[in-house]
Amino acid sequence: MAETLDLSTFVQHQDGTAHMVLAVEGVACAACVRKIEGSLKRLPGVVEARLNFTNRRLAVDWHEEEIAAVDLIAALEGIGYRAHPFQADSSETEEARYARFLVKCLAVAGFAAMNIMLLSVSVWSGAVDMPQETRDFFHWLSALIALPAAAYAGQPFFQSAWRALRARALNMDVPISLGVLLALGMSLTETAHHAQHAYFDSATMLLFFLLCGRALDHAMRRKTRAVAGNLAALKAEFAHRFDGPELVRVPAAALKPGDRVLVRPGDRVPADGVVLNGSSEIDESLVTGETARRSVAAGAAIHAGSVNFSGTLTLRVTAAGSGTLIDEIERLLEKAVAARSRYVRLADRAAGLYAPVVHATAALTLVGWLAVGASAHDAIVTAIAVLIITCPCALALAIPTVQVVAAGALFRSGVILNAGDAIERLAEIDTVIFDKTGTLTLPEPRVANARDIEGALLARAARLALSSRHPLAAAVAKEIGKGSQTRTPFEGAVEEPGQGVRAMIDGVEARLGSPAFCGIANVDPVASGTSLIAFRYGAASAVLLVRQALRRDAAETAAALRALGLDLMILSGDRDEAVAPIARALDIASWRGALKPAEKIAAIDALKAQGRRVLMVGDGLNDAPALAAAHISLSPISAADVTQAQADAVFLSERLGPVRDTIVIARRARALMRQNLWLAVIYNAIAVPVAILGFATPLIAAAAMSGSSVLVTLNALRARLPACSAAGVTADVEGAIEARAS
Amino acid sequence: MNVLIYLVPAALALGLTGLVAFLWSLKSGQYDDMDGAALRILGDDDVAD
Repeated sequence: MAETLDLSTFVQHQDGTAHMVLAVEGVACAACVRKIEGSLKRLPGVVEARLNFTNRRLAVDWHEEEIAAVDLIAALEGIGYRAHPFQADSSETEEARYARFLVKCLAVAGFAAMNIMLLSVSVWSGAVDMPQETRDFFHWLSALIALPAAAYAGQPFFQSAWRALRARALNMDVPISLGVLLALGMSLTETAHHAQHAYFDSATMLLFFLLCGRALDHAMRRKTRAVAGNLAALKAEFAHRFDGPELVRVPAAALKPGDRVLVRPGDRVPADGVVLNGSSEIDESLVTGETARRSVAAGAAIHAGSVNFSGTLTLRVTAAGSGTLIDEIERLLEKAVAARSRYVRLADRAAGLYAPVVHATAALTLVGWLAVGASAHDAIVTAIAVLIITCPCALALAIPTVQVVAAGALFRSGVILNAGDAIERLAEIDTVIFDKTGTLTLPEPRVANARDIEGALLARAARLALSSRHPLAAAVAKEIGKGSQTRTPFEGAVEEPGQGVRAMIDGVEARLGSPAFCGIANVDPVASGTSLIAFRYGAASAVLLVRQALRRDAAETAAALRALGLDLMILSGDRDEAVAPIARALDIASWRGALKPAEKIAAIDALKAQGRRVLMVGDGLNDAPALAAAHISLSPISAADVTQAQADAVFLSERLGPVRDTIVIARRARALMRQNLWLAVIYNAIAVPVAILGFATPLIAAAAMSGSSVLVTLNALRARLPACSAAGVTADVEGAIEARAS
Repeated sequence: MNVLIYLVPAALALGLTGLVAFLWSLKSGQYDDMDGAALRILGDDDVAD
């Protein structure tokens, strides 16, 4: 049946041209950029095509009357690149805008710091023989640069400090803002009184250093978010919608309640709905964790994410979240999110201790100097000098820099962070809970007895399986050896609905399908959760067992996690008989099967009550509330969308190794954060007495502040060292994406 | 020392020019695709591919 693809939801119109952004897979080199842009620009009607190599997105402008959006994608496919329509969500656009603002602030602060330093160094070096008028001239010039620069570049800190104060809390930005404002104010009055010391350089340099840390932090977060956005575009499902009698392919996101959609065998159900006609078996492992299939007929409610196994179904889309299961999950999810206590981050805890101590020290300095008979002016100047020198430059850099470097290390091992405080919470865990289906096992079933079957026979079966859309055939098709040239389907293969597929290979008939279709009688019955598919080639035949297989390195990872001193547990929605062999294979003693979402939460709450901190790793829709209830959560990229949104981090690999890497990197990052905090404390222990005694000249303040900042930054870079993964491999992010796509 | 009266403002003006140039380059999107720019320079405009 001919069918059109409707991409109108992704296309924007402006001045008669259409605009669309595509996430492109497989862009690897300089030649790709030219090839993609060149071939699109040669098409009639295309006005502009520009590929952003950094985030692998292609922006196209074209005249819609001359060429359709679908043809653009087809043209890219023609030269070997798969492209997926992409729509930036509002938070990504907002972050891009803020990142640009931070860089502007950084530029202004950098300009101000450098030029003021130029003037300050002249004042310091000429302190003895410089005429007073010249010094005042330099100070006024400094003020002229510093005041507007600080007003602009200080905004991120002032705003954040104001928000914290209004919420009656203290964060690191409160002492920062106070320090900068007092330094500027004091310098201004000192300059007006022709005094020798002004701290304009310290104030602007402080802003410059802190903005460096913030801009880097933000850039790292944007980078991971761009990759996550591309993955979402690549994962986006299409649905076959009836528009009157005609079928149109539309993005699943564009479906509305009441739409009628066709779900063919092998398709994933694109939206929640009620079956109008047709009957089939559906695999709900992504929804409930159950690996045995459910029979559905007209009137049955089915959920998005299930895979249609045997028959063609027509579905009426219902409002999202109207099924009983979804309702329950939404309710549990709300409760779990509400119950989650707000995690106080290390930096904020440090700020809560730090700010009162520093401000009290400054106040005591003021009182002390007044008590020993200093003038009010001198006492105030010394007290402010204490505030300036303790201004938490090192302290405010200590944690963000480690955060940036650790997030980068995680990114390289294929883990994308969703939550900003994930690293700190990850470092604290002592128990890891796994879901079984799709987490410990691979999301798609595999041929379990592939090793017992003769290689050539299996290769033929796999190649024949390419001609079928049946999910079992898809499992068989995965057995094609990598790099073999026989990855094309056989010519003339015929699919017999409900039975199998057959073709003539070198004059001999080959059949793949049900045992009866292949003429094999007396097949041993198999355990539920396992399916049979038979293959016959001439006289040779084989019965293939298809079931969920463990991730390749699951056993190694379980052992490695135990070696890290973590307790392991399995909580599964699948039946006990299906969970037991997996638990045995991984040597995990505590496991429970047949759990409803509420029971998973209860199990996690019981552990929490014992004072344990739980990492939950899960992918199913039924895991979403448990992920929200746990201290921290991880999902594989194949997880259901609702679930992935709850997870604090997502890993891309087909292997389970990233779970271990994540914990190792997070633990090292937290150790470095603590070290950095101690370095900052030591710095203050030396600098504060100097300032209290009144020796903190602008020169000493500048040297101390930049010295401590550089020290903590260098220490943070140590988080870059490789995670020395048990398997010795760190999955490259791009590689993982490619592997998923093929 | 009178030379400072115009030398220092001249130095500041130069610095300010640099700042304005940077802000302009940021606004015109020159930092949106750092990796791509490094690769584009390898392409030949006058050679058909």
